[in-house]
Amino acid sequence: MLPETMPHRSAILNDIFGRLQASSFPLGSDGEDRIVQITFLVVALIGLAILGWVTKKKKWGYLWNEWFTSVDHKKIGIMYMILATVMLLRGFSDAIMMRSQQAIAFGSNMGYLPPHHYDQIFTAHGTIMIFFVAMSYIVGLMNYAMPLQIGSRDVAFPFLNNMSFWFTFGGMVLIMLSLFVGTFSTAGWMGYPPVSEIQQSPGTGIDYWIWGVQIAGIGTILTAINFLVTIIKMRAPGMTFMKMPMFTWTTFCTAGLMLAAFPFLTASLLLLTLDRYLGTHFFTTGMGGNLMMYINLFWVWGHPEVYILVIPLYGVYSEIVATFSKKPLFGYASMVYATVAIMILSYLVWLHHFFTMGSGPSVNSFFSMTTMLISIPTGVKIFNWLFTMYRGRVQMTVPMLWTLGFIFTFSIGGLTGVMLSVAPADMLLHNSLFLVAHFHNVIIGGVVFGIFAAINYWYPKAFGYRLNEFWGKLCFWCWQIGFWVAFGPLYVLGLMGVTRRLSHFDDPSLQIWFVIAAIGAFIIFIGILAFIVQLVVSYMHREELACGNDPYDGRTLEWATSSPPPAYNFAFVPKVHDRDAWTDMKEHGYERPLDGFNPIHMPKNTASGLVIGVLTCVCGFALIWYIWWLAALTFLGVIVTAIYHSFNYEREGHVSVDEVRQFEQKTGNWKSDVQGAAA
Amino acid sequence: MPAKRFLGLLLIPAALALGGCQKLVLLHPAGLVAQEQSHLMIVSTIILLSIIVPVLIAVAIVAWKYRASNKKARYDAKWDHSPVLELFVWAWPVLIILAVGALSWIGTHQLDPYRPLTDVAKGEPVPANVKPLQVEVVALQWQWLFIYPQYGVASINELAAPINRPITFKITSLDGMDSFFIPALAGQIYAMPEMQTQLHGVINKVGVYKGMSANYSGAGFTDMRFKFYGMTKDSFNGWVAKVKASPKDLDRATYEELIKPVRNGPVQYFGTTQKGLFNRIVNRCVDPANVCKSTLMARDAKTGLNADKKNAMGGMSMPAGKAADTVPATAH
Repeated sequence: MLPETMPHRSAILNDIFGRLQASSFPLGSDGEDRIVQITFLVVALIGLAILGWVTKKKKWGYLWNEWFTSVDHKKIGIMYMILATVMLLRGFSDAIMMRSQQAIAFGSNMGYLPPHHYDQIFTAHGTIMIFFVAMSYIVGLMNYAMPLQIGSRDVAFPFLNNMSFWFTFGGMVLIMLSLFVGTFSTAGWMGYPPVSEIQQSPGTGIDYWIWGVQIAGIGTILTAINFLVTIIKMRAPGMTFMKMPMFTWTTFCTAGLMLAAFPFLTASLLLLTLDRYLGTHFFTTGMGGNLMMYINLFWVWGHPEVYILVIPLYGVYSEIVATFSKKPLFGYASMVYATVAIMILSYLVWLHHFFTMGSGPSVNSFFSMTTMLISIPTGVKIFNWLFTMYRGRVQMTVPMLWTLGFIFTFSIGGLTGVMLSVAPADMLLHNSLFLVAHFHNVIIGGVVFGIFAAINYWYPKAFGYRLNEFWGKLCFWCWQIGFWVAFGPLYVLGLMGVTRRLSHFDDPSLQIWFVIAAIGAFIIFIGILAFIVQLVVSYMHREELACGNDPYDGRTLEWATSSPPPAYNFAFVPKVHDRDAWTDMKEHGYERPLDGFNPIHMPKNTASGLVIGVLTCVCGFALIWYIWWLAALTFLGVIVTAIYHSFNYEREGHVSVDEVRQFEQKTGNWKSDVQGAAA
Repeated sequence: MPAKRFLGLLLIPAALALGGCQKLVLLHPAGLVAQEQSHLMIVSTIILLSIIVPVLIAVAIVAWKYRASNKKARYDAKWDHSPVLELFVWAWPVLIILAVGALSWIGTHQLDPYRPLTDVAKGEPVPANVKPLQVEVVALQWQWLFIYPQYGVASINELAAPINRPITFKITSLDGMDSFFIPALAGQIYAMPEMQTQLHGVINKVGVYKGMSANYSGAGFTDMRFKFYGMTKDSFNGWVAKVKASPKDLDRATYEELIKPVRNGPVQYFGTTQKGLFNRIVNRCVDPANVCKSTLMARDAKTGLNADKKNAMGGMSMPAGKAADTVPATAH
């Protein structure tokens, strides 16, 4: 099959290695191979250092038992956050490479990245930032905080949760592997045909992209089911839907969106896979295929996806504004309706990604209208946050700074978004750097700012100590200023009619803007470094920064348990009487019981999720390289593992009363001197 | 905080203030259609700023006034709803979006790229004796082919048009998905294989403008640029004469050469062209051995589902490429 992409050598070697051969590895001595070799060396050294350290400290057992096989939603959440942070560094180095290429490639200077390399970089940047940074961060946050907020002991399907993580991890490994073995996709993160079809891209790049995204996407669908069932079935007694914390509401809406949208991605990738592997003609030119169908299907997923990313952060901002204004959230019901409205409307706007396809004015104006409608509930949210601060006591903590930064940045992004939704204006702005600036404006201003706000907000809950304020503020200001320095020029360039994805320019007068943008990217880089320094410094000073169970005088149930919470979250499942359940409990003089416990029924750890995830990853690799025997074997392995796991009857155990008592008495009334301290 | 506010708020007004600068072509286009699109963009921005600016100022004031250290400010620990305010927070955005939405609705219909122009400039209807200039555009890998059927000439990577005369573009693509975009003239429209899109525009000022493919279509896409010359009637006639003088003929053989991938290709002129080439490109039958898609579709319409209920597979039965092997050449 597909002989034109197989190397010329004996058939037996092709059977064993598929199309993998010595030249698939970057062993050459030209400039690009050198870049990859140096990257590999750095990654390998860091990897070896970490592995060596773990081995020396004899931590493998700890990692395996306490983390990799854990079904605890809190630990899985933290693993997602770590994965996302690692991928942020990767995705950001792609960004720096693009910015520097565009800053120098003018006139006779072709820059240091030829198109086939540059195109891989912008594809990798988009794919990684969306699927592995933003998605992993939000899934991590929802995993960590949502079950605590609803007073639950875990998610509905703890094993599934662990398996979802390993699917995401498997997808990530494939994307990272493409850096060193073979090449990555050059078709952009959307993978539009015909560039993504086998006729134009016979290499491994698109296949890496397809399988990396597909495997991670399956993990996301499973996560969505898990969160929906958890919220529907496992809320603490008394917590009706209209008493759920706002972050739980947004998690609910996001999970609903994920469940309804991701199958579209799965299907469109599958059809593309069939085109590439079995010679079908869903999206090809000629033979009855139509590329417009892919674009439609892709964006039916793609547009809800951006709301999947931002909706949970709306919840984060709502929690933060209420907590640090020392007031309940203003207009809770409005906020819920606005979130649900955004969730539904986000399904009805996908065509605005291709107003310029010639759909005709009736179709275009319909989608222009629906797109604009989304800004109404979004506007309502901004007003509600404003009125939450009104007559409050606003504490300028780091999470609050991120929230205010979000309101300012995101509002401008919303403005440019509505400009783009005016269909005739979009004809001018589509595919321009104005568009690039716009979606970075909403994704950085909305999603990334929210993630940093959430990390600073919940970190004390997860680890029992605060994050350092100085480095947190430095990180904030670098991102805030860096963002505008990096993307302000792109808005201007867009208005000059400069389009996206160009690796070389003729007009020398544009260069200054690209240089400014590159400086902005560098300022953001300092912000990322500040974040890492913040984590390290805070860890080193964790005793001074120790903060007690409820450092902010919080309002929702996650603050009712210990910091960090025990595996079972709550010794007694709390009874909920009011919206801000924990505030209500405190006002009624709640005392945490220190005795009278019962044994707690909890799920046991299992390695099945990890085994299935790793086998799926290897299966993906085999499919990419046409190593059919390995693909068949690993696929069989997945099935066998799943069957084997289903016969495992030892999946649950009990936390003994002694253990519970010991933990509760030790941490139950932990308060710290710095409690309530704020900048 | 102040730095943040400034950077955020100054951006759009600064861009608008720079509008006088010729460089910001989207705020200052030289063609009527682009001007109207740009106008719509600016008006909707101003309407939106009428809500965003006050809200951002209010956020700054409230965050400052109710800061925790200001014990003089009123603190109302229980205040969390107000029907009047909630009505207001829904109503204001609704009104704003009604205004912008109405603009977009009307604009989308008036500025539909498929709609022939009625005016050549603001308030100047198309004179009765003026016929639009027809240009057939083919996105190749990775250069642009422009065919002028009214003049029987063609050019590569260079486009010219007389000022104040409507231009009708028919656009297709060889294999890539490109986007035909001259920012100064009119908004873009996709160029897609096997399909024909349309664009109407008019250029009102003499000048040299940038044209490009705005949609990524592979390795040579970066250099898929061309120059668009807006000319007086006389110099346009001179340009046509210059192209006509070229000995090159755009026939099937030349076309087979042109479809090979080229990065940063040179400008070329063709004094003569094969008639109907564009239609054959759209219908994928430049090679006479292939049946034109239009022929197939017409035949399918006759023998398809509606014409012959017994044949359940009807119009879907025979893809274009396969048909080439089985249908005799006389079929078209």
